[in-house]
Amino acid sequence: MYKIIEKNFLAENIVMFKIKAPMVAKSAKPGQFVIVRIDEKGERIPLTICDYDRSLGTVSIVVQVVGASTCKMAKLNQGDYILDFAGPLGNASEFVNLNEEELKNKKYLFVAGGVGAAPIYPQVKYLRQLGVYCDVIIGARSKELVILKEDIEKLGCRVYISTDDGSLGIRGRVTDLVKKLVEEGNTYDEVVAIGPVVMMKFVSMLTKELNIKTTVSLNSIMVDGTGMCGACRVTVGGQTKFTCTDGPEFDGHLVDYDEVIKRQNMFRDEEVRRMHHTSECSCF
Amino acid sequence: MRVPVKELKVEERIKCFDEVCLGYSEEEAVLEASRCLNCKSANCVKKCPVGVDIPKFIEYIKKREFEKAAEIIFKYNSLPSICGRVCPQEIQCEGGCVLGKKGEAVAIGKLERFIGDYVLNNDIDVFKKEPKKNKKVAVVGSGPAGLSCASTLAILGYDVTIFEALHEAGGVLVYGIPEFRLPKEKIVKKEIENLLKLGVEIKTNVIVGRTVTLNQLFDELGYEAVFIGTGAGLPKFMGIKGENANGVYSANEFLTRANLMRAFLDEYDTPLKIGKRVAVIGGGNVAMDAARTAVRLGAEVHIIYRRTEDEMPARLEEIHHAKEEGVIFDVLTNPVEILADENGWVKGMVLRKMELKGVDESGRRIPVEVEGSDYVEEFDTVIMAIGTVPNPIISYTTSEIKINNKRCIVVEEDTGKTTMEGVYAGGDAVTGAATVILAMGAGKRAAYAIDHYLSNNNN
Ligand SMILES: Cc1cc2nc3c(=O)[nH]c(=O)nc-3n(C[C@H](O)[C@H](O)[C@H](O)COP(=O)(O)OP(=O)(O)OC[C@H]3O[C@@H](n4cnc5c(N)ncnc54)[C@H](O)[C@@H]3O)c2cc1C
Ligand SMILES: Cc1cc2nc3c(=O)[nH]c(=O)nc-3n(C[C@H](O)[C@H](O)[C@H](O)COP(=O)(O)OP(=O)(O)OC[C@H]3O[C@@H](n4cnc5c(N)ncnc54)[C@H](O)[C@@H]3O)c2cc1C
Ligand code: FES
Repeated sequence: MYKIIEKNFLAENIVMFKIKAPMVAKSAKPGQFVIVRIDEKGERIPLTICDYDRSLGTVSIVVQVVGASTCKMAKLNQGDYILDFAGPLGNASEFVNLNEEELKNKKYLFVAGGVGAAPIYPQVKYLRQLGVYCDVIIGARSKELVILKEDIEKLGCRVYISTDDGSLGIRGRVTDLVKKLVEEGNTYDEVVAIGPVVMMKFVSMLTKELNIKTTVSLNSIMVDGTGMCGACRVTVGGQTKFTCTDGPEFDGHLVDYDEVIKRQNMFRDEEVRRMHHTSECSCF
Repeated sequence: MRVPVKELKVEERIKCFDEVCLGYSEEEAVLEASRCLNCKSANCVKKCPVGVDIPKFIEYIKKREFEKAAEIIFKYNSLPSICGRVCPQEIQCEGGCVLGKKGEAVAIGKLERFIGDYVLNNDIDVFKKEPKKNKKVAVVGSGPAGLSCASTLAILGYDVTIFEALHEAGGVLVYGIPEFRLPKEKIVKKEIENLLKLGVEIKTNVIVGRTVTLNQLFDELGYEAVFIGTGAGLPKFMGIKGENANGVYSANEFLTRANLMRAFLDEYDTPLKIGKRVAVIGGGNVAMDAARTAVRLGAEVHIIYRRTEDEMPARLEEIHHAKEEGVIFDVLTNPVEILADENGWVKGMVLRKMELKGVDESGRRIPVEVEGSDYVEEFDTVIMAIGTVPNPIISYTTSEIKINNKRCIVVEEDTGKTTMEGVYAGGDAVTGAATVILAMGAGKRAAYAIDHYLSNNNN
């Protein structure tokens, strides 16, 4: 059992939890995820590690309510327990393997879509602690859905915002900002894009044109998260890979995004049935 | 003639997940035991992978001394209730029985199961625990290899902790083999409870290699030896076109959703979608389990296998039950492509006819494609049950552990000693996908090797 130490709403349907899980906290690295099972009847859902505190033994996760399990989760409160919390899973971000010397002169551009700001947070934090230059773009539908802006600014990097309705930052999409920054003469060694698959697809198409190495983090459907089932398989560079053990981060220019999107919808009808079943979601 | 064993009626069983084979009663077991000739050659023992003294335990059943029979079995096999249910007896013990030459072999598996269940149901303590040694040993993975290694070490007086990646202990016994063949509450959970009674601690949700490394187990957590029983859980795919279409599952995914996550029960959250016509590719136990699970979820199920029924590696009983339950066998057939509709869902397969020509070095007939024999069949779910390879996480993250070109951990045959000091391994992680009895035996053997290692290690 894993205790919820803290719970905060970051937006109407986005919740941050701080969970007591000392073993996970001790080994966690940016880019990795956990598998959570809320209760005996729950499914195993993957969530990115958003922050960790090794001395307190806590791990933070940010959950966007999209269906039955995330809804059930959002209803939990500080002091409640989560039945299973397994991790860290997946490979750490590639830059974790680089030494300070190798990182020193690199420039990174992070592009987050919606709740994608949560998974990029630990990466930016890690790089900024080593003094590496990072720019960050956050895109969302509207102002209320922009999360972690101040927290990321506090890490000492410039944050650019785009919203669909123009309620914050520029009116437009994250790709507009990527284009603008590059046109203004900024150069980047690598772009890291995390968010909805469609967003990662379009960012990757653009950066391919711009010839910038791009890493994306895929959120395929998973069951075990340990390489045992193949539910998370994706095609990267024409080869089948398992997101949980080979990823979750892949070369953005090689991913078959249309397949990822199709596979994500595999259980849509089932999920809708379940959603009605589990009563209306009234967590917000 | 064998004493027939009671089974659930076909009409009933295809609507539920209850165990199909009901096992012997005391009377039936004693009657069946009396068929054993107690012959001198005892070929049954020679053909048992762990050499259980079969005539002796059967002798005790004849005399109704069931506890004595249990003592004999447990000397060799720590999981008789399970092995009695899942061992391929027809090619092991029962395949050696002289009665089988003219008629039917003694039902050794059913008798073993009877004794195993007798012990579980009557809470009989078969173990005599040795005094505590105050030494810690870690066991990674809780399948049959890990479970038997842990129980043997605990009996020898070690403080044992099992680390399991999933949320439930049991390995393939809980996530793979279905309830209708191996009941979870009645058998697997009980075996695990017995382990807890021996003082073994089980930590779930720990992925060794990720949550803690092997080195940390030694350096930070104070374990003096480690056993790796992480199995061969990584599913293989065929590499044919369309394999990533929606509705194509590995057998592991399909069975995990159904067994571990109990997706077939409405009150559980994990979804499982199954069509009206299901194709299962493969001819082993895994294929039969997937097919029979799909039958219970209401589908018309085809087994697609490239050789003939005679070459199928599945247990005879499973093939027999699958047929009884209406599974259709399309043999000498191999998929060449999976066809998907415009939304990416499976709609059918291109299949090719095969014929058998000659034999390979292992003596198995070789399937060869029949040219120009391609045809299309409609299916809406495809389940791949064509094998698995060892889980890679530990070997990925620990360079001291050597693996071979099949990704199996390299060990010394007799002891299970790996290339890393103090680390032993056994079961499917070493052999590749094999059997419960071999994994159980390897775990037990490694436990004795670890005992030997730690007894001679004077710190
Ligand atoms: C490695 C990884 C990291 C992730 N990190 C986070 C995270 O930090 N925060 C977060 O909120 N979510 C994250 N996700 C996604 C999260 O796991 C899913 O949103 C969740 O499992 C949905 O469960 P549900 O029962 O609430 O919704 P469901 O009822 O299962 O689904 C509702 C709808 O969401 C869609 N959906 C289902 N699964 C996914 C998915 N994996 N990605 C996108 N859409 C999906 C379905 O098609 C369906 O239409 C991550 C996924 C992966 C694989
Ligand atoms: C569907 C199916 C049906 C079968 N039917 C039969 C049958 O009828 N008869 C028969 O004899 N055999 C059968 N088998 C084969 C048999 O189940 C296996 O040979 C046996 O379970 C192997 O045991 P094991 O202990 O080596 O590994 P497993 O049972 O695979 O257990 C390994 C465990 O280790 C865990 N693990 C893996 N990596 C890590 C890690 N890094 N950290 C922590 N834990 C980890 C896994 O989660 C798993 O729980 C079947 C297999 C399947 C899949
Ligand atoms: S989630 Fe099962 S293999 Fe990746």
